[in-house]
Amino acid sequence: MDNSLLQELQIARKSKRQVVLATNLTSGKSELLYPFETHEVSELLDEARTALRFDKPHEAKIDDDVFFLNIFNPPLRLFIVGAVHIAQKLAPMAAATGYEVIVIDPRRSFGSEMRFPNVALDDRWPDDALGELAPDRRSAIVTLTHDAKLDDPALEAALKSDVFYIGALGSTRTNAKRHQRLTAKGFSETDIARINGPVGLDIGAQSPAEIAVSIMAELTACLRGKAIE
Amino acid sequence: MNTDLDLAARDDVIESALHWQTEGKKVALATVIQTWGSAPRPVGSQLAIDEAGNMVGSVSGGCVEGAVIQEALELMNSGGHKTLEFGVSNDDAWEVGLACGGKIRIFVEAVG
Repeated sequence: MDNSLLQELQIARKSKRQVVLATNLTSGKSELLYPFETHEVSELLDEARTALRFDKPHEAKIDDDVFFLNIFNPPLRLFIVGAVHIAQKLAPMAAATGYEVIVIDPRRSFGSEMRFPNVALDDRWPDDALGELAPDRRSAIVTLTHDAKLDDPALEAALKSDVFYIGALGSTRTNAKRHQRLTAKGFSETDIARINGPVGLDIGAQSPAEIAVSIMAELTACLRGKAIE
Repeated sequence: MNTDLDLAARDDVIESALHWQTEGKKVALATVIQTWGSAPRPVGSQLAIDEAGNMVGSVSGGCVEGAVIQEALELMNSGGHKTLEFGVSNDDAWEVGLACGGKIRIFVEAVG
């Protein structure tokens, strides 16, 4: 493979473009495809679109050539609402798992650079922030504030999107109250059932780091389509 | 979190390959292109190798990396590419395979 092609690939990844590296397995020649940035129609582009859409690299036989299509989707995103102690542990764990993490909290004393070095912080209200950041099916949202004023707008935004995971911190009681508030706002049972609450797998987690582990585990299970009791 | 891709853990394969090249080192890339059974790393997983045998990333759970590196070192000098296959009942001279019972095909290429 050419060095220049590798450089172009890295630039595309950094600018979060959806890019496919198509390698002809016989000739060894590679090219980069940006299938969602063109209206061009070809068998190879169609295969590349499918690979990106399903997050699945695969081989494709086109005429007499076999191509390997490796995909480079931008990272999955995790929006953490509430720059609380658990968030300080959850952010680096999620980053290590490959997520782009954004911590949202309008309370400056919580969402400070000192508490979250190297973490992307957003100090807008959750509904404003999420409105602009537009979470999609490759995103997850976790609310951790314990404060309905902050959590609820975030959950409402989450329910209106097609994020693959919604988690809300809070006891069973807090959860029941939240359920009532969301019902009053017009959300259906099916909508509200999308919220994982109390958040995380029940592994008896106590410390902020342990709770972060249980959240990461539940989130991963959701992503990988593994049903949890 | 603003990790520059996977750079925080120093396991960004493409970044490492490019970095080695700027240092004037020879580089090869290995990619899992097919798996059968319980393969340790999914299709698309990559490993970057430099001329000293340093590696970043993975194509298995450590089972076949050694053999892939040997092949990569040869390709760095000869240029070109090669497709390798590893399985449990591996009867080529490698004598390496996957303990888990899976089978994988790996595409190895020199980066020019």
